[in-house]
Parts: sequence; C-alpha cells; structure tokens
Amino acid sequence: MNLYRITALVLRYTFLYTRSFPRVLEMFFWPVMDLLVWGMLTQYLQSAPYQVPGFIRFLLGSMILWDVLYRSQQATTISFLEDIWARNLMNVFVAPVRLVEFFMATFCVGMVKILITVAVLTLLSAAFFDFQLFSLGASLIPLFINLLVMGWSVGMVTTGMILRWGQASEALAWGIPFLLQPVCAAFYPVSTLPQWLQPISLAIPATHVFEGMRDVLAGKGLSGFSLFYAVGLNCIYLVGAALLFRYFFNQARHRGLLAKLGTQ
Amino acid sequence: MNRVAKSDLILRVTNLYKTFDNTIAVDGISFHLARGEVLGLLGANGAGKSTTLQILLGLTTPTSGQVHIFDRDLSRHRISILQHCNFASAYTGLPTNLKVWENLLIFAYLYQVPHPFKKIQSLLQLLQIEHLKNQVTGHLSSGESTRVHLAKALLNDPELLLLDEPTASLDPDIADKMRKFLRHIQQERGMSMIYTSHNMRDVEEVCDRVLFMHRGRILVSGTPAAITDHFQSASLEDAFIRVAREGDQFLSP
Repeated sequence: MNLYRITALVLRYTFLYTRSFPRVLEMFFWPVMDLLVWGMLTQYLQSAPYQVPGFIRFLLGSMILWDVLYRSQQATTISFLEDIWARNLMNVFVAPVRLVEFFMATFCVGMVKILITVAVLTLLSAAFFDFQLFSLGASLIPLFINLLVMGWSVGMVTTGMILRWGQASEALAWGIPFLLQPVCAAFYPVSTLPQWLQPISLAIPATHVFEGMRDVLAGKGLSGFSLFYAVGLNCIYLVGAALLFRYFFNQARHRGLLAKLGTQ
Repeated sequence: MNRVAKSDLILRVTNLYKTFDNTIAVDGISFHLARGEVLGLLGANGAGKSTTLQILLGLTTPTSGQVHIFDRDLSRHRISILQHCNFASAYTGLPTNLKVWENLLIFAYLYQVPHPFKKIQSLLQLLQIEHLKNQVTGHLSSGESTRVHLAKALLNDPELLLLDEPTASLDPDIADKMRKFLRHIQQERGMSMIYTSHNMRDVEEVCDRVLFMHRGRILVSGTPAAITDHFQSASLEDAFIRVAREGDQFLSP
C-alpha cells in the first residue's frame, strides 16, 4: 500500500467536491430534510396522549447514526461511479493503483464527508429538537466506527456488483442500504421484528449498534456484548466484502468489462 | 524496478489467446516490440486490436498465453510494470469539473512523478497548452482535450506508451500536428509505442512496423509500405479495405 497514491486519490475527490456546488449540497440536503421531517413528526407524536418517553431522542439518534452507515456506503460507491461518469475509470486502473489504495482513498474521503454531515445534523438537532448526539458520550465513538466500517463493506459489495453488471445496475448504489434498513432495526428494537427475522437481524453489525445506542439513551450504558458482536461481525463482513469485490473485479477483467465500463 | 530493461525487447507476447463466451477475440498471436520502436495495430472493427491493447494494459486477463513487459510477467508484476507505461485514448475522459493542472497533478502523484509541478509546467509548454492550465477540463475542445490526455500520458516519461486512436476526434490539421508531435517526441526520447488507429495516415506516418489483424489473428507484419505491397494495393487504406472485405481468404487454416 502506497500512501502517496492514496493521497493522490484523496486529492482528486477533494478537488471534485470543492469544485462542485451540487456535490456539496448533496452532502447536506437529504440528511437535513430527513432530520427536519422526522424531528417534526416525533415532536407531534410526543404531544399525543400515547407518547413514548424519550421517543424523539431514539428516533433522531437512529436517524443520524443511520446516515453514518448510508453515507459511508455512498462515499465508496459514488466515488467509483464518478470515475465511470467521467470515463476516467480506465485512466485510474491503467495507473499503478492497487485496489486497496483505491478503497482506502474512498474510505478517507467518506469519513471526512460523514464527519461534516454529522456535525451539521448534530447542531441542527440540538438547535431545533433539543437532542444532543453527544449525550451518547464516549459510546458514540465505537458506535460511529462500527457503522462506518459496515458502510465500507456494503459499499465494496455494491461497487463490485456495478463492476460486474455494469452501469445499468447503478440503482444498487442507492437501493442496497434500504434493503438493510428494515432488518437492522435502525428505528425500533429487534424484538419488534417477526421471530423468524430476528436471527437474520442479529447477524448484521448495524443491528447491534442501534440496539447499543438505544441502551445508552435509555441510561443502561453500552453493553460489551453488543459491541463485541458488532466488531466481530464487522471484521467478518469486511473480509467477506473484500473477497467478494476481488471476485467481481477478476470476473470483470476476465470478461473485459473493466475497459467497457471505462469508455461507456 | 530498474528503469533499463536487460533486453532490447520491451514487450514479448507469446501465444496470446482470448475468448469471450464462444467468441474468439484474440487467436493465439505472438509478437514483440523493440526499444524505441512504434508498432501499429491495424484491423477492422472486431479484429482484436482493442482486446490486445486491454490485455497489455492489464485491464483484461488473457484466456491463455504470456505477456512480458520489461522482461517481467505482466500477470505477476502488473503494478511495477504500469509504473513505467502510460496510456491515452480518444475514448476516455478526465473529470470534467477539474482544472487541467488539477487533473495532471493527480496523475503525477499517482505515478509518483518527482517535482510534479515542474513536470506539468514543462509538458504544458511542450504541448503548447500552457494557456489551458487553469481551464476547466470539461470546457476544452477535442484538440485541446487530446493534448491534455497526451500530457497525462507523458507525465511519468513512460518507456512504453500505448495510444488508442489518439487522433480519432481531431480535424485533419490538428491530427497532422499531433502525428508530428508524437513522432518527434518518440524519436527524441527513444520511447516505445503501440498505436491503434483507423486513420491510415496516422499509421503510415507514425508507425515503424504494423501488425495487420483479422479475426483475432495477425495476417501480416511489416512496415506500412511492405504491408501495402503484400496485399498488392495502391495504398494502405486500399489494403485495409481489402482485408476488411476479403480478409478470411488470407487466413491460414
């Protein structure tokens, strides 16, 4: 792994984002809209007679942390798509760039983008809904990192699928995370899910993060059990995603798709 | 890696074979490229030129056969080989909303070019596009864009330069200037080049030797003049048309 080349790729995304107002806007628009809509809705629900105590904190906490996972996946996949859209993919892959360097750069850029987005969401949720994300305390760090890493894994698989099945499968970039959303118990406890779905849910790292977040907000503290499962599963997911991407990449080279995708 | 390969052969391709499902794209070809030589890959659409080029760049894996570049096996030393190669094509692009110098800087870093700013400046001067330095890449004309791509391809002073139809979208005047520039820089630096084009003038002016391909095989190899003679044609273009239309009769069984 060569830091010089990773820096070059990070620099590329930095130029790309600082040169494009729509790309900067995209970092904030949907997360802020989500926050406002969900925040207002929960405020309304809290005023109803059947209110759940602390409901707004659970929902806004989940919303912000969900965005960490979603944005992390998006950063990886969209960076790859940017090269396809610019017909630059061939230039990048005929340069002496290793796959690990390519992904490390997208991970770095994703992390910076997420930190900026989360900072804005944290300020807005504190200003409008009196919700302090930092009330999660030090637990926020492992929760954040686990979601970030899971986003990388999902991003690698999504990117691999686009590589294998071409630009027509671009919708996967936006769609795949939402397949996970209902199962990973982002906005409700795992116990809410049907019995048969719960083991599947528990096999997803993010489930343990969201369960852990709800425990912390309920004042129970972050369970070591949740953290252990999240970290363990994330390690398996990351290795699995890397192997799966390598397989898709080799398939693409075998079928001559890398060159096709790079000039479409 | 030592920048000077031990052998005078920059590239050795042996029994290269590539199939896509049931289609044979490259059918057991072997060829070589000497240091400082310009080799043209010529043939109609579907002849196997692009697939061959993609294999040489490591973008496509061969079904069988071997590619050695700088005496190294491409399948095992792809990254170290690519460090000393570069590529330009009329069919690729650069991020359109970045300025020309930003795009070049990124690739200079990717190829670990020493003193990148100085190098970019000298290439912009050499290609007479210094005035485009701060232009947004997406606003360039085809001719300007081709020169920027060429600047990108020369950033690392490649020992092997692969060019895929570099004059495809250029008007005859700019294409002529580009050919002269390529020939000049190739001779000055002793660079080896592989060149694909459908423009026979390109091939005649730039290439020392041509591989005429048809249905994945090499029909004949030689200088552009020798190829013209081989097919008893008035020009290379006539030879090209003849092979495109009657090529099967020249294939050995």
